[in-house]
Amino acid sequence: MTTQTMTMAKALNEGLRAAMEKNKKVLIMGEDVGKLGGVFRITDGLQKDFGEDRVIDAPLAESAIVGTAVGLAIRGYRTVCEIQFDGFVYPAFDQIVSQVAKLRKRSDGVYTMGLVIRIPFQGGIGAIEHHSESPEAYFAHTAGLRVVSCSTPNDAYWMIQQSIEHDDPIIFCEPKSRYWEKGEVNLDEPPNGLFDAVVRREGTDVTVVGYGSTVKTALRAADTAAQEGLSIEVIDARSLAPFDLETMAASLTKTGRLVVVQEAPHTASVGSELVASLSERCFYSLRAPGIRVSGYHVPYPPTRIEEDYRPSVDRVLDAVDRVMGFDS
Amino acid sequence: MIDEELVQLLTPEGERVSHPEYESTLSGEEILGLYRDMVIIRRLCNESTSLQRQGQLALWAPVQGQEAAQIGAGRALAPTDFTFPTYREHGIAWCRGVPPEDMLRLFRAVSNGGWDPQKYRHSVPTIVLGNQALHAVGYAMGVQRDGAEEAVMTFFGDGASSQGDVLESFVWAASFNAPIVFFCQNNQWGISTPMSTQSKIPLYHRAHGFGFPGVRVDGNDVLAVYEVTKRALESARVGGGPTLIEAYTYRLGAHTTSDDPTRYRIDAEVEVWKHRDPIERVKSLLVREFKIKAGVFDDIVAEADVLALKLRDDVLAMDRPDPRTMFDNAYATPHPLIDEGLRDMVELGVGGGAH
Repeated sequence: MTTQTMTMAKALNEGLRAAMEKNKKVLIMGEDVGKLGGVFRITDGLQKDFGEDRVIDAPLAESAIVGTAVGLAIRGYRTVCEIQFDGFVYPAFDQIVSQVAKLRKRSDGVYTMGLVIRIPFQGGIGAIEHHSESPEAYFAHTAGLRVVSCSTPNDAYWMIQQSIEHDDPIIFCEPKSRYWEKGEVNLDEPPNGLFDAVVRREGTDVTVVGYGSTVKTALRAADTAAQEGLSIEVIDARSLAPFDLETMAASLTKTGRLVVVQEAPHTASVGSELVASLSERCFYSLRAPGIRVSGYHVPYPPTRIEEDYRPSVDRVLDAVDRVMGFDS
Repeated sequence: MIDEELVQLLTPEGERVSHPEYESTLSGEEILGLYRDMVIIRRLCNESTSLQRQGQLALWAPVQGQEAAQIGAGRALAPTDFTFPTYREHGIAWCRGVPPEDMLRLFRAVSNGGWDPQKYRHSVPTIVLGNQALHAVGYAMGVQRDGAEEAVMTFFGDGASSQGDVLESFVWAASFNAPIVFFCQNNQWGISTPMSTQSKIPLYHRAHGFGFPGVRVDGNDVLAVYEVTKRALESARVGGGPTLIEAYTYRLGAHTTSDDPTRYRIDAEVEVWKHRDPIERVKSLLVREFKIKAGVFDDIVAEADVLALKLRDDVLAMDRPDPRTMFDNAYATPHPLIDEGLRDMVELGVGGGAH
């Protein structure tokens, strides 16, 4: 087994490189992705190695980045679109919802919308407004799309390649606050299927589900809870649309208690859908209502106070206490 | 309407006029072919309006008045070119070989598309205004990367010319020198919104601001539309980059069968445009210059009638789709919510209940 320790940013870069080497039809397009290597350097060096025709520095228009990727998909290319920040995806929303999601259906299966839309999402980097949002629910809600999120360098390396190879359009959410954290990457084989949830830590008392940045938050909460004698199972949802409900239901059947952690506000969120779906499926196993730990229902705050907005270890532990309190 | 910048080769009276840059290259036989196309499309369009009025279509978007713009552009295409239409490009679809009944599947509400876009090299209809212009530019970027000598043409109207996607597509086409022709049918009205609300300058002037040529052609003159489009497509195929063609025309009918144009435009205006009819002027030319006999025209009318009756039969034969087909092609690969939805529907009993 060949393993290498690298940051999530580097793992994404290596994953993109591997996909481009494997398939000449894979293109990258976005703002500043070429010479600069992207504002987060995810595409660093790729234009130099694959040329300007395959790593395309786009004019600054998000709707066009996605809209032209649709045309390229019709022509047989697989474009990885980089949206520079979560808050800048909305100009492309129309193309994503009206075209990317629906063209396969409209063409009776003739068109394959093989494209990936990478969005650095969630907060935690002290940025200014529009650079810290969690727009995943908008896309999870839209039939025709699939939404995934990585939380480790190993997943980043493999999930980006699996997304590029997949024949459905993928919204690929990258937790920007974890870009610089290192982890081991197995360069030989993928750890899981693209749409599988993964148990990151086994436990028996409470199931805590996170995705992207909040997986690590949940793991930290589990460490702290363990010191108090509580056994928390942490699940990385990985796929936000569709959910891998089997893996999560298996956990919930064991623990009977569910906490979902997300940075997005919880009204009509991915967490809401998860609680509803698992309540339907696991009603007789539940010992408490599922609880969401979310961002507050306010526009993302100025980041000097963002740590009071983002779900913290303490807020997760508070939710754990609440679900533990129902049957005691 | 007489505008010195307007490319016109045939007057509304059917008389040839010369233009410093363009001349008609078509033979009498070819012109008769264009005439036949226009007569058939108008007949099929009228049949479709009738079908809608009889409750057989959910909606229809008439093309009446714009036949020259569409047939001229459609016949200028090479088989290897690719086109991206709106929901009103029935004349283009006809030229691409799309069977007329397939054009009506969308309007019969039995499909969201209607034909195989790769087979006819004519994409499925786009209803959200302007979205398709970006798809066309992306496709053209693919053509460039393949090193192919193909052109791409996309269609939109004066209404969609205000859409961000159309303007972004101009930027991209110029930046990447994409092999594309933007074919704008300025039919003067975006439902009730007049041209004067969309632009303070002639639409084709916009192209210069984006860095590529713009041409205004008499959209009711099929000879001029053909030559202008052909030249723009040829230029695109050999690396000449994009062209914007503004086909200056008029929507003689309603926006769709749900529209009532008498609420926003005066009859006198419609009357003026009826005198500029795209079909009559070609007939005058054919009679005068090519001595085409009445019997030939009668045969074309009869052929159009046969096609219209076949269209009617085909449409009436389009049954309500099996509800289970709504789950087809939502995704390329298995999806748990598709499986779940299909299972629920089948368990409840397919067939639809009262609401």
